[in-house]
Amino acid sequence: MSVTIVLPGQLKPLAAGHSTVSLEGRAGTVGEAFAELRARHPAVYDRVFTEQGDLRPHVNVFVGRDDIRWSGGMDTPVPRGAEVTILPSVSGG
Amino acid sequence: MPTEPVGSDAGRGDVLLMVGTTKGAFLFTSSEEREAWRVDGPHFPGEEVYAMALDQRAGGRALWAAPGSAFWGVTLRRSDDLGATWSDKDERPVKFPEGSDLSLARIWQITPGPADDPDRLFLGVEPTCLFESRDRGDSWAPVEGFLRHEHREFWTPGNGGLCMHTIVQHPGAPERMLVAFSTGGVYATDDAGASWTPSNNGVRAEFLPDKHPEYGQCVHKVVHHPARPERLFLQNHWGLYRSDDWAGSWQDIANGVPSDFGFAMAMHPHDPDTVYIVPLESDGFRCTPEAKLRVYRTRDAGASWEPLSSGLPQEGAYETVLRDGMCTDSADPAGVYFGTRSGKVYASADDGDSWNLVHEGLPPVVCVKAAVLA
Repeated sequence: MSVTIVLPGQLKPLAAGHSTVSLEGRAGTVGEAFAELRARHPAVYDRVFTEQGDLRPHVNVFVGRDDIRWSGGMDTPVPRGAEVTILPSVSGG
Repeated sequence: MPTEPVGSDAGRGDVLLMVGTTKGAFLFTSSEEREAWRVDGPHFPGEEVYAMALDQRAGGRALWAAPGSAFWGVTLRRSDDLGATWSDKDERPVKFPEGSDLSLARIWQITPGPADDPDRLFLGVEPTCLFESRDRGDSWAPVEGFLRHEHREFWTPGNGGLCMHTIVQHPGAPERMLVAFSTGGVYATDDAGASWTPSNNGVRAEFLPDKHPEYGQCVHKVVHHPARPERLFLQNHWGLYRSDDWAGSWQDIANGVPSDFGFAMAMHPHDPDTVYIVPLESDGFRCTPEAKLRVYRTRDAGASWEPLSSGLPQEGAYETVLRDGMCTDSADPAGVYFGTRSGKVYASADDGDSWNLVHEGLPPVVCVKAAVLA
C-alpha cells in the first residue's frame, strides 16, 4: 500500500486540484515522503517548508493522529498505508 | 465572500493608490483631480501585503505586490495589466540561499532601480537583507556584502520583525545606496553593495544603555529628495533627524512637534524642504497625541513643523500610521496619502492643506503607495 499525503484546501491548487497525493515510492520516514512530494509538487513543498528545509512554524504535519513535532520530526516513521496530513495551525489574527 | 477584483482602469494622468493591508491589497483609482476614488479588491484576500510598487520605467506599467501568509510564506507577484491578472502564484523567486540559515519572512519594500537601468530592482526583506534583480524581477539574489555583513549576528528584531524598510539610491552615483532597518539603523555603501558602513552618528537609541551606539538604532523610515542628493530625513524610534551629508551625521529637527516618536515619513515630490510625518504619543501608547489625527509638515527642512488637520478627525481619534503607511504622488499640487491601523485611508490633493476620507473599514493598513500614470 502507498503512503497518502493529505493536503489542506489552500494547497490543492498547487497539486493540480487534488486533495491527496499518493506516494508509490519507498518512503519510510516523513522526510522521505516529503522528498518525493517535493519532486512531484515543488510549489506545495515550498509552502510547507522554508528555503532552509524547516517546517514552517504555523504549519503542522501529522502521521495518522500524531504531530511529527513530538514524534521524531522528519525522522518519524511512516508505515505503509499511512496518511500524512498537512494542516495550518489555529494561529492568526 | 470578498468582491472579485478586476484591476484598476486607470489611464494616463490618473492616480493609482496602492494600499496593502494585513488581509489583502486594494487599488484605488482617481482622475488627476483626486476627488473621487474607485476601489478594487481585495487582491490576495487573507494574505498580508507589506509592499507594493508601480514601476513605470521604460514605458512599462509593472505593478508589484508581495502577498504573504503566516502559514505558507511570502512571495512576489507582478501584474502588467494593473491588477486584472497576476503572475503565477506557484513561483517563489525570492529565497535566501541554502546554508545561510535565513528564511524569508516578509518583503517590506519593492524599489525600482535607476531610471536608466530598467532591468534592476531592489527588495528590502525580513530578516533584514537587500535583494537585487537584474532581469526586471524574473530572478532575485541577495546582495552578498549585506547578507554576509559582520554585524548580522548583532542585529535584533523589533516588534515588527527585523525588517529592511528603506532603500535609498543616490541619484547621481548608482554605486552609492543606503538602507535602513529595525533594529540596526542606517547602513550605506559606496561600492555598489560590496561593503556597508553603519551611518547613525547622532541618532539616539533610547532603549539601550549606550544611547549613541555605532549601530543598533531602531530607525523607522528615511526619506530623500533627488534634488538634494546629500540630504536625508529620518523618523526614529524617538527622534526626528536630518542629515546634510548623506548620513555622515544626523541633526535633531524635532522642533515644535507634539512627539518625536512615530513611524511614517513622506517626502514632498517637488520641494526638498517639505516632509510629512504623523507623530504618535509614545512607544508605550502608539496612538495620535490628544486623540487628534494630525499630519505634521515642515517646509523648511525641519526648522519648524505645522499641524495639518483640516478634514481629519480631531476628537476620539486614537490612530496609528505605520512606517510604510504614508506617501506622496508626483502631481502638482502634491497628493499626500496615509492609511491607519484602523483601516481608514485619507488623501490630500493640495500638499496636505486639506484631507478627505478615501475609504474606511479596511483591514489594518501597512502599506500605501501612489503613482500618477505616465
